[in-house]
Amino acid sequence: MSDTAITSQLNQPIALSYRSAFMLILKRDVTLAFRHKDDIINPILFFIIVITLFPLGIGPEANTLSRIAPGIIWVAALLSTLLSLDRLFKSDYNDGSLEQMLLSPHPIFILVLAKIVAHWLLTGLPLIFIAPLLAVLLHLNENSYGALMITLLLGTPILSLIGAIGVALTVGIKKGGVLLSLLVLPLYIPVLIFATSAIDTAAMNLPFTGQLAIIAALFFSTLTLAPFAVSSALKVSTN
Amino acid sequence: MWKWLHPYAKPETTYHLTGRLIPWFSYLSIILLTIGLVWALLFSPADYQQGDSFRIFYIHVPSATLSMGIYVGMAIAALCSIVWQLKLADASAAAMAPIGAVFTFISLVTGAAWGKPMWGTWWIWDARLTSQLILLFLFLGVIALHNAFEDKVMAGKAAGILTLVGVINIPIIKYSVEWWNTLHQGATVSKMGKPSMTLDMLWPFIFSYMGFIFLIVVITCIRFRTEILARNGMRQWVRDLAVKGES
Amino acid sequence: MQFDSINAFFAMGGYGFYVWLSYGVSALMIALLIFMSCRSHKKTKEQIAKRYHRENKLREAAKKQAEQQTQSQAELLEEPHESTS
Repeated sequence: MSDTAITSQLNQPIALSYRSAFMLILKRDVTLAFRHKDDIINPILFFIIVITLFPLGIGPEANTLSRIAPGIIWVAALLSTLLSLDRLFKSDYNDGSLEQMLLSPHPIFILVLAKIVAHWLLTGLPLIFIAPLLAVLLHLNENSYGALMITLLLGTPILSLIGAIGVALTVGIKKGGVLLSLLVLPLYIPVLIFATSAIDTAAMNLPFTGQLAIIAALFFSTLTLAPFAVSSALKVSTN
Repeated sequence: MWKWLHPYAKPETTYHLTGRLIPWFSYLSIILLTIGLVWALLFSPADYQQGDSFRIFYIHVPSATLSMGIYVGMAIAALCSIVWQLKLADASAAAMAPIGAVFTFISLVTGAAWGKPMWGTWWIWDARLTSQLILLFLFLGVIALHNAFEDKVMAGKAAGILTLVGVINIPIIKYSVEWWNTLHQGATVSKMGKPSMTLDMLWPFIFSYMGFIFLIVVITCIRFRTEILARNGMRQWVRDLAVKGES
Repeated sequence: MQFDSINAFFAMGGYGFYVWLSYGVSALMIALLIFMSCRSHKKTKEQIAKRYHRENKLREAAKKQAEQQTQSQAELLEEPHESTS
């Protein structure tokens, strides 16, 4: 299926249910991404390379590395998500299919959410699978693996959701790349703080449900609010 | 009530009104700041633990709380401009961003200068300091987004959305003290009923606080007027004004 | 008055450097902000005036040109008329 076919399908007067509209966009984005495999692979490679740089810079002592491992993994995850954010709306904006989507009769909320979910499936999910392997390289404390996985599982969707707001705001600007990081990174800080603190707490064999609850709260509030912000930002950018 | 407010939604009326108010507000601010800061530097007693370094308090605390206040004000203006499409609200939000950035920076610098003699270090990664730093980043992001757009109206809308997203950070700043229990001392002017300061310290603080508020109002008015002019450059009254001001 | 002498005032009980650093930086930043705000206000006004003058000039030039054109056209129209007479 070509993407113009799908967008024209969206614009047809035949009523599509919310779920099928959602699935249509999701499938389209995933298919498109699998055609340009670089877009999926490059952020992951970046993630791996950044993490291998840290031991080279700091030194190979296992104690130091295991102390800073949660922070390194999470910062690398933030940066690689940031790198991949650009393709969320950029190509659609350039070829005009984004405008088509905004003009379609379906609620923008659903379309935007579908695009963000697709982005998370392609960048967040691979990170979760690779992170434990890299954690081994960094001598992460054995008790922390569970916490690392859970915080990444809850946290990376937040990164995609908040990042989408930044991309939607800067998609119309020619050199939006650096600006995007300036806008988005400060908003990532709470996630980073609570996720790493959860992993640290787990390393001391203490319960970390408190931090998890806060991350979950952040997740659900961004899940409900961010698509609204994204859709109004897209309306400003494409006007 | 809305009828009474209506004329002030017209840029020209507001421009002239703020122009007439600026001198009065600046006199008030100068008087209050002079009284407050002279009192703070010369007459207020030194703290029994912190000595004379406590005198930094009289600019550190106003700038720190007011920087958050400016952000909230900016968010309210952004909300008004998005919900009711008020162009003037947009202009006022744009006017406030650089002021907020400057006051946040001042609170960070004075905090560092106070922290060095008290805690023995310029910087501590404590909750309040960190969230103040994040606030500075948020302000800088809003300013950068403003500058990135050629079109002022579009820039205002985009920055408004960013401001509203960032306002979620304000409660985190407010409650961070309770979330993380660290070195930073608790709020000194905690409850309105019984402040933990003596009156000799409270009065100069109130004076300088009010002085800073009026100072912010004055600078906001100046920048607000610039924004109005820039957004209405094609209007006849703006052109008449510009030509008259030039000669 | 809390201080006995002017030197004691500047020393601030040993904390002089920190106190004056924070007061100085604050005063400098605020003065800079006010200065920049006033300057940008003036600049915006100047830009609007400049643009207005430029547009005026263009408009007047266009008017003059139009007048000249109509004049020359009139002359052209009149010429054959004169030759015939």
